[in-house]
Amino acid sequence: MRVRRSTRRNIWLFLVTIPVLVFIYAPITWLLISSVSTRAELLSVPIHWIPQNPTLKNYLDILTPGTSTSEVASAFKITLRNSLFIATSVTIISIIIGGIAAYALVRMRFPFSQPLLIGLLGTRMIPEVSLIIPLYILAARLRLLNTPYILILTYLSFALPFAIWLMATFFESIPYELEDAARIDGANWLQIIYRIIVPISTPGIVSTALFVFLTAWDEFFFALIFTNTLAAKTVPVAIAEFSGRYVVDISAMMAGGVLAILPPVLLALVFQRYIVSGLTAGAVKS
Amino acid sequence: MKKQETLRQRDIRTAWMLILPSLLIILGITLQPILTTFILSFFETSQGQIVPTEFVGLSHYFNFIKDPIFWATIKRTLYFTFVSVALELVLGLGIAQLINSHPPGWKFLRTSLIIPWAVPTIVNGFMWRWIYNADYGALNGLLLQLGVIKHYVPWLIAPQRAMNLVILADIWHTVPFVALILQAALATIPEELEEAAAVDGATSWQRFVRIRLPLLRPAILVALVIRSVEAFRVFDIIYVTTNGGPAFGTVTISFLTYLETFSYGHIGNGSALSFLISLFTMGLAYIYIRFLYRPEVNP
Repeated sequence: MRVRRSTRRNIWLFLVTIPVLVFIYAPITWLLISSVSTRAELLSVPIHWIPQNPTLKNYLDILTPGTSTSEVASAFKITLRNSLFIATSVTIISIIIGGIAAYALVRMRFPFSQPLLIGLLGTRMIPEVSLIIPLYILAARLRLLNTPYILILTYLSFALPFAIWLMATFFESIPYELEDAARIDGANWLQIIYRIIVPISTPGIVSTALFVFLTAWDEFFFALIFTNTLAAKTVPVAIAEFSGRYVVDISAMMAGGVLAILPPVLLALVFQRYIVSGLTAGAVKS
Repeated sequence: MKKQETLRQRDIRTAWMLILPSLLIILGITLQPILTTFILSFFETSQGQIVPTEFVGLSHYFNFIKDPIFWATIKRTLYFTFVSVALELVLGLGIAQLINSHPPGWKFLRTSLIIPWAVPTIVNGFMWRWIYNADYGALNGLLLQLGVIKHYVPWLIAPQRAMNLVILADIWHTVPFVALILQAALATIPEELEEAAAVDGATSWQRFVRIRLPLLRPAILVALVIRSVEAFRVFDIIYVTTNGGPAFGTVTISFLTYLETFSYGHIGNGSALSFLISLFTMGLAYIYIRFLYRPEVNP
């Protein structure tokens, strides 16, 4: 009797699960299908749900551009490289500089450490749009417009406070005794971070790095304003720009969209268990 | 004693030294710019120039208060914020509950949630724009085959419908975040608590309202604050899906700021607007925390 009721309950719940899964997968599946379709099939009415001549040409055009590749396809490869360089740099800088600051903020009690931490959270309330004009003036003055460096610098404005906050919550849970023992042995702050904090809080650091990378990969507004040449344009800017004119090379757009999705989605899936701990500790990227 | 004093002082000096690089970057690229923006909002700048020319006091702010376009934009922004956050919370809580009831395939569902969450906002907007496409879109293709529509519909030419479709696109990307946070919080509620209530004769609705909901309050609060602050400043998805159109039907406050600053070259207006956004989001966070935060249920 009990077993039967729970079976019925499971069937019921499973029936609710299906539409949720359909809602999750339908749009992304359609993008994937579109990316292996030919231009003619993409523009066919009635719609071809399953491509008759699936092709990887759209991907090859982007990844190995030849002389005949379209402007869209060749631009994508460059912007993918820019995005990768910028997001990786922001991640490394935030982890190193931010990790050291987080350590000092939670482990070396000193005046103002508490207000500083709260102030960090406060910076999250600042919209990017209210920083952009002065930063634009600064970038123009330093001749940094259209370089990846201005994006790396400005991305730190949201990445760094977030990284510090998240790592601070992870570092806080490390027992003081370990550190004290090392201190008695004469270890300095660098040795303590390197030998104690980092090994213990590796999951927290991985989770922080993941969030910073995803947020930097996602960023659009600064990139839109600060870049208008391929020297520093990122993938989101390229997609937004090309999507305004489908005529150009619609099939390359689809493959470009999938390639833009791959790095963050793969990272998130591989490091899945770090995401939930990061979400609950810092609850930031959304 | 004296030696300890100096040790402590040395510690403090080291601490500041470690914080300094971060502090300088944050002050330089957030605090300094936001103050500059605030100052710029009191000045007029000549077209195409960035340098302020004339002090105009609060007149940019007063102009907005008198401007019906501003109020229409605020209304649209609040509509977007309220509808998307409400749907995210309801759907997010529903999915979290579903995962926590462990139906067959619940682990797969939880993993699946990560995919839309990790998709970059711009790609998400681009994907939905392609789905909504008037001539070749999948939405038209599907609805025509199902017989719901007789001809392809240009979905994004009616302002209100365009707004709702942008919300749908946004929700696909943001519900997983709310669901994952709430699911993690639900998983920490001890089963004994609910079993005890069930033995006492509480219905499942009563158990949900009296036990789960109060214990979930901190997590709901976090999701609510973060999501409303972000929804209120929405820009990316609108830029790529509708570009503010049709007929300004999806222009939100951030989009208006962008237009004022970069399309019309009104730096003073743009600065005033962006400052209003900051004020509003800070107010929003304050209100939520004030009214929803109950320390006694904070785990």
